Amino acid sequence: MSSKPTTLFDKVWDAHVVRDIQDGPDVFLIDRHFIHEVTSPVAFLGLKNRNVSVMFPERTFATADHNTPTINQHLPVQDPLSANQLKALEENTSKHGISHWGLGNPKNGIVHVVGPENGITLPGMTIVCGDSHTSTHGAFGCIAFGIGTSEVEMVLASQCIMQPKPKKMRINVNGEMHKGVTAKDVVLYIISKLTAAGATGYFVEYAGSVFESMSMEGRMTVCNMSIEMGARGGMIAPDETTFNYIKGREKAPTGQAWDDALAYWKTLKTDEGATFDIEYNYDGAEIEPMITYGTNPGMGMGITELIPSAEDIDAGKASFAKSLQYMGFHEKEPMLGKKIDYVFIGSCTNGRIEDFRAFASIVKGRKKADNVTAWVVPGSHVVEAQIREEGIYDILIEAGFELRQPGCSACLAMNDDKIPAGKYAVSTSNRNFEGRQGPGARTLLASPLVAAAAAVTGQVTDPRTLIA
Amino acid sequence: MAYDKFTVLKSTAVPLPIENVDTDQIIPARFLKATKREGFGDNLFRDWRYNGDDTPKADFVLNNSIYSGKILVGGKNFGSGSSREHAAWAIYDYGFRCVVSSFFADIFKNNSMNIGILPVQVSDAFLHKIFSAIEADPNTELEVNLPEQTITILATGESESFDINGYKKHNLVNGFDDIDYLQAMREEIVAFAQKSRY
Repeated sequence: MSSKPTTLFDKVWDAHVVRDIQDGPDVFLIDRHFIHEVTSPVAFLGLKNRNVSVMFPERTFATADHNTPTINQHLPVQDPLSANQLKALEENTSKHGISHWGLGNPKNGIVHVVGPENGITLPGMTIVCGDSHTSTHGAFGCIAFGIGTSEVEMVLASQCIMQPKPKKMRINVNGEMHKGVTAKDVVLYIISKLTAAGATGYFVEYAGSVFESMSMEGRMTVCNMSIEMGARGGMIAPDETTFNYIKGREKAPTGQAWDDALAYWKTLKTDEGATFDIEYNYDGAEIEPMITYGTNPGMGMGITELIPSAEDIDAGKASFAKSLQYMGFHEKEPMLGKKIDYVFIGSCTNGRIEDFRAFASIVKGRKKADNVTAWVVPGSHVVEAQIREEGIYDILIEAGFELRQPGCSACLAMNDDKIPAGKYAVSTSNRNFEGRQGPGARTLLASPLVAAAAAVTGQVTDPRTLIA
Repeated sequence: MAYDKFTVLKSTAVPLPIENVDTDQIIPARFLKATKREGFGDNLFRDWRYNGDDTPKADFVLNNSIYSGKILVGGKNFGSGSSREHAAWAIYDYGFRCVVSSFFADIFKNNSMNIGILPVQVSDAFLHKIFSAIEADPNTELEVNLPEQTITILATGESESFDINGYKKHNLVNGFDDIDYLQAMREEIVAFAQKSRY
């Protein structure tokens, strides 16, 4: 057999094109659809107005996460608008026969945490959700991306969306990573090089030894932030690490079906000689723990560096100045030593068990700084249970932290977890936009290790100085 | 959702010469709690437009009565970040029908076209010309001609063409939406989906 060398992306994409519209998008089949309480109600309203039913209810999964409280989840939700959205999700899923893991359900959690955790996410799938961080699922070799509410309605009605095929980008990172450098640092580094719009119009494949040696949690962190450089999504070829993660999860195939699936999954890689529209190469040894200083995720730097000037990074002067003014920072000053007020560990970017292990590794035997308010928010109840089972909970409590209940929380501050105006938060989430974590809040994006170092010292600190 | 047909739009424009305008700025998350698609325009650019005590910020362009119109002109990489279609709804609900920029984020661009807002991508140089023209005269009119795929600064006659795929153009000009199209090929989709791996 000698067929043309093909990329992983093309293999998965081409298998899902129902119809190729001339001078238009592809009619693209969606294998799994995740929905949540915020971007789905208007889609269901649209179905109702059209008098259309859900085409394949068993291919859609619902969880409540975006505006749920992270304390006292057993009590009725206080905010009437949030309560109303949760009720709408419950009613809509019940009416259409869609699986729903609402508040209080042991499987509840952040959509991009619970999907993989329960074996819903499998290699070679196409996955969408009305949430831009759907790119997370690309860690399994899926084509996964965020969509708007009109598209949520399309998928409910027809299991398809209309998508022009994106261009292809490959980002290769090879070399030995230093101690204290995590998946989050790798992706913040890449975005700082490519800028917040540098991958717009592209679908990214991450390749090279750095990703091959990463855990699934790390790969999810990387793929999660693909959207922060504008990419439609990002993916990593599945391998033994992927298969081992999936095996035994609730909705993963078993028996003969597992063997068949595995045989297929092993074909999901970019062939030797396949070409991309653009490729970038980075050296993993060049990456140090990262932190952001501005108001988009592309405004990141190595933690020991100085804040650049607009000229250094070829940014628009007015926008760059506006950004630094919002943050209360100046060009050419260090980030190390800056006093911080809040620490948030959690979110679909860094709310998995490995992230809390990393956080605890620095917190252990130390105390939370008095000037810091810390929100420790697991990505799901399963993660929460692991935190307790592994003794991480005891380490946190001993150090003066408390553990909250799962949800998106301060990542987007839809619930009560808002950083007050003017305050600085070191956050393991994905966006440092103006007001993202609350009106006037100032966000410094970083890894769980950098967040832990900030939490125990009360300032921006290089975690490598705290690692034994 | 049905929306107004888009053919030729002649209007003054509101300039917002800021890069990387993300959808959290267009509509902050705390205003996403509705279960209906109404009233989002009131909170368009909420935190740039209003102080914490809900008084208008005088220096923000939407609070400056010399600027008005159905066209919003933004800096490069407009609409980045969250996939919230509420951002497009807020822009539409406020009264805009067209957003002009030198670069759009993908999801925002799709969301806009799905609800009847035309995103017009122009060159950096032409975007600069538009900003200059509005700065010189806030009553400057732009003409966006979708059938011809051109945008013109009427005062100077300077014009540029823009790209849009034929399918989306046909939809916008006729007020059709994707679900109409997908419903019409229902049997083909069911057959395809039933023999698909997942």
